[in-house]
Amino acid sequence: MCRLAAITSDKYFSPMENILALETMKEGHDGSGLGLTLKDLGGEFEKLKKYPTLSGICSKDGKKTLERLMKQHGFRLKNAWTPKLRQVKGVTPRGYYFAHVYDYPVAYKDKPLKEKEELLMNTRLMLRRTGESDGSIFAFSFYPDVITLKEVGDPLELGEFFGLDRDNLKARIVFAQGRQNTNYAIYLYACHPFFIQGYCSMTNGENTAFVPIREFLTGRGFCGYTGYNSDSEVFTHILHYTARQLGFPLHYYKDVITPLKLSEMDNRQDREALRLVKQSLRPLCIDGPNMVIGFTPDGTCFMVQDSKKLRPGVVGGVKGKYALMSEECGVDSAIPKRDRSKDIFPMKYDMVIIQPRAEEAKVWNQLQN
Amino acid sequence: MEPASKLDHNHRLSLKEFPYIIRWRDDRCKRCGTCTAVCPVKAIEPTVKVRRQVHSEGPLPAPATVRQVVQVVEQVIDMERYCTGCGACTLVCPNEAIEPEFNPNNKFLHYKNKGGDGYKRGGRRNDPSVSTLDRLKFTRISMLTDPALDAGRHEFRIRTLLGRILPPEEIPLKVINNKLSIDKESGKFIPPVREIYPIMIGSMSVGALSPPMWEGLAMGVAYLNEVEGMPVVMCSGEGGMPPRLLRSRYLKYFIIQIASGYFGWDEIIHAIPHMTEDPAAIEIKYGQGAKPGDGGLLMAQKVLKLIAKIRGVPQFVDLASPPTHQTKYSIEEAVAKMIQSMSMAWGFRVPVYPKISGTKTARAVLNNLARNPYAAALSIDGEDGGTGAAYNVSMDKMGHPIASNLRECYLDLVKQGKQNELPLIAAGGVGKKGNLAANAAALIMLGASAVSIGKYIMQSTADCFGDENNRCNLCNTGKCPRGITTQDPKLYRRLDADKVAERVVEVFKAADVELKKIFAPMGRSTELPIGMSDGLSIDDKAMADRLEISYAC
Repeated sequence: MCRLAAITSDKYFSPMENILALETMKEGHDGSGLGLTLKDLGGEFEKLKKYPTLSGICSKDGKKTLERLMKQHGFRLKNAWTPKLRQVKGVTPRGYYFAHVYDYPVAYKDKPLKEKEELLMNTRLMLRRTGESDGSIFAFSFYPDVITLKEVGDPLELGEFFGLDRDNLKARIVFAQGRQNTNYAIYLYACHPFFIQGYCSMTNGENTAFVPIREFLTGRGFCGYTGYNSDSEVFTHILHYTARQLGFPLHYYKDVITPLKLSEMDNRQDREALRLVKQSLRPLCIDGPNMVIGFTPDGTCFMVQDSKKLRPGVVGGVKGKYALMSEECGVDSAIPKRDRSKDIFPMKYDMVIIQPRAEEAKVWNQLQN
Repeated sequence: MEPASKLDHNHRLSLKEFPYIIRWRDDRCKRCGTCTAVCPVKAIEPTVKVRRQVHSEGPLPAPATVRQVVQVVEQVIDMERYCTGCGACTLVCPNEAIEPEFNPNNKFLHYKNKGGDGYKRGGRRNDPSVSTLDRLKFTRISMLTDPALDAGRHEFRIRTLLGRILPPEEIPLKVINNKLSIDKESGKFIPPVREIYPIMIGSMSVGALSPPMWEGLAMGVAYLNEVEGMPVVMCSGEGGMPPRLLRSRYLKYFIIQIASGYFGWDEIIHAIPHMTEDPAAIEIKYGQGAKPGDGGLLMAQKVLKLIAKIRGVPQFVDLASPPTHQTKYSIEEAVAKMIQSMSMAWGFRVPVYPKISGTKTARAVLNNLARNPYAAALSIDGEDGGTGAAYNVSMDKMGHPIASNLRECYLDLVKQGKQNELPLIAAGGVGKKGNLAANAAALIMLGASAVSIGKYIMQSTADCFGDENNRCNLCNTGKCPRGITTQDPKLYRRLDADKVAERVVEVFKAADVELKKIFAPMGRSTELPIGMSDGLSIDDKAMADRLEISYAC
């Protein structure tokens, strides 16, 4: 089973906090990999927030191809970060791990964000297509103020491998997931967190409704709905589709993936709309067992369960710092000094939402207005 | 002088040519005559024979021959009175003295064309082989990577939608105070959609069915809805509905069918102003899986007073529905108009959808409907569907199997991203071998939103004798020995409507349990797994490729 560790804070912190939290939950995962997504970056990236950051891994040849392609598409390199790798037993370095900050092509400088987002996503997909067959380029995310790191191995060892304990790499939101996709083939593109145009999520559990959901998403005519090396990637795309493409407020994500029964909708003021949404998005209903942690472009974090609540999940913290974890011990590791009695275990109708800067954790309940 | 052909009986057929041979036991028969009286086709008759018997009496053998006249039950050697194998004789025999036996070497079809007309019958395709649906297996079992659900403990929502569903991008929504609401000023048409149980009772008309059979089904459906909370719907078939039912609150459980003969529609149209509920839907029948390209026929002997009244015709006349709607010119024009007209009759509050027979051209129909925002669904009836009357050649040789037809239609919708907008209803052979829930679940996972059943419900609720070895299949003659497809009171009084209703309820409740038993181990419970093709496998590579599912052996 995957173990998930997300922290959102009003201060920059090191992703090692997430990795150490994962370590406490080690009994629940097989230590087969690590996926890290950092948002709202600090350190050397703090002054580069408005520029898009491309995260990935290249081989030697892939690096040359990458540089050529980015130049060809008009992106100008502003800053290149690479982790300070340290040799660790059991981790085979792949080559060049990077987070490159680029300036937009001149023609896009004054374009609205939506158009910039299309450009960034298309560029990322282009890089993926170019480098996927020979494994020369892996491109995980390309978006302002976001970095993604992924590798196969034990999370704690990978933290050491990437030198995260010594690096000044910090962020206000960090998502970490401690396992490769062991249900299917181990593959970097199958490792969560998944990211698309500012929306990110990671999931615990297998998605039994994967195929109908994937077929629905690919039928939307949106080229970013691709990949699906993991059945968990659809959770990110559902989030993107409902919030960005359809423009629904965030909490409707819960109504889409775990819709209420018709009889349960009666108390909701928006029941008429909800009925239509349920019908039209019927194929996006998940059937569990899943727990999903995600963030949106503005930095709002959330946790939801499937309607049978067959996967663990807990949210706890203090004003200014909250942890969204698979297990209580993870929260203890990240935020030991808190009132544990106020920890939230979201139930089947709940969605825990934490606004940017982690002021407080609010529980939105589907049955209430 | 007698011609030689007559003397040696060369003009007669032998019993070996017949599909069923009666096994009658002289030693058990008490000559009560019940079997010969009950036989719906008079295939057996009492007769007398002169027999030479050897007798020996006394302590020492002293054989002597005696000529005796004995009464026997004999099978008639006349193709017009062939034994249909129904077994009504066996049922009534007090001594188990008589039984029809299927003769696989029969030459029935070589002779069943007297008068230059092809063999007509009711029932289903005579193909006892294992259908594709019965070869499909559910192979994606949740276990350790994802825990299986508990069919007895977890909550299951086995429901589906009937009606045109708007694509999410087209729902007229606006966000006010972080809440979604419908933008009523947009003027956008929001099509009617019903939440129903995914197994429907298919179209069988009042007229084709006897009064207790139709009533039994209708009562069972009403009970399922009102007491069991299962929104099962039933289609009227062509031929209208009882006038009181049209005006009752139970109408909402019925789909009213309109077919090429428009029988019953005068009564229906006149009842519209008095209707207290809308029907569940309107089905426009363009084709029937059992007899593609053939019209309907209700034979004169079935058109009694009630039927004549409901259908608005004189009594005792053959009621033929043409093979095609006479107003039909092209799919773009006529089908769209028909859907519009029907929608308009109920103020666009009722889903209207066409039913076609399984065919290679189904995708063309589908794509046309996909572009018509008023089309509420497409029902495809595969070759294993049943009928009350058709030519044998139509039933056995015409039509398309449902599995691949349904699958290609679904995948076509997937390509267009419209698989949730136009529900597909699959029919024809669901429960052919008794596996109702398994067949329904398999079709759902291939892409059906719902399935429709006919023969299965007749067999399971009223013990219809029919099978794929041409057993009985007398539905067209009005002589149904079970009282299911007859208007003859002497026959239909054998059937108890209450018992039929009870069985309908039992059948659906059992199917519900079985569906849960299928979905639970696959980890599905909250939404019907429409198109969950990764859950299916088949033991034939070519079939697997055609259906785009996995091959397992």
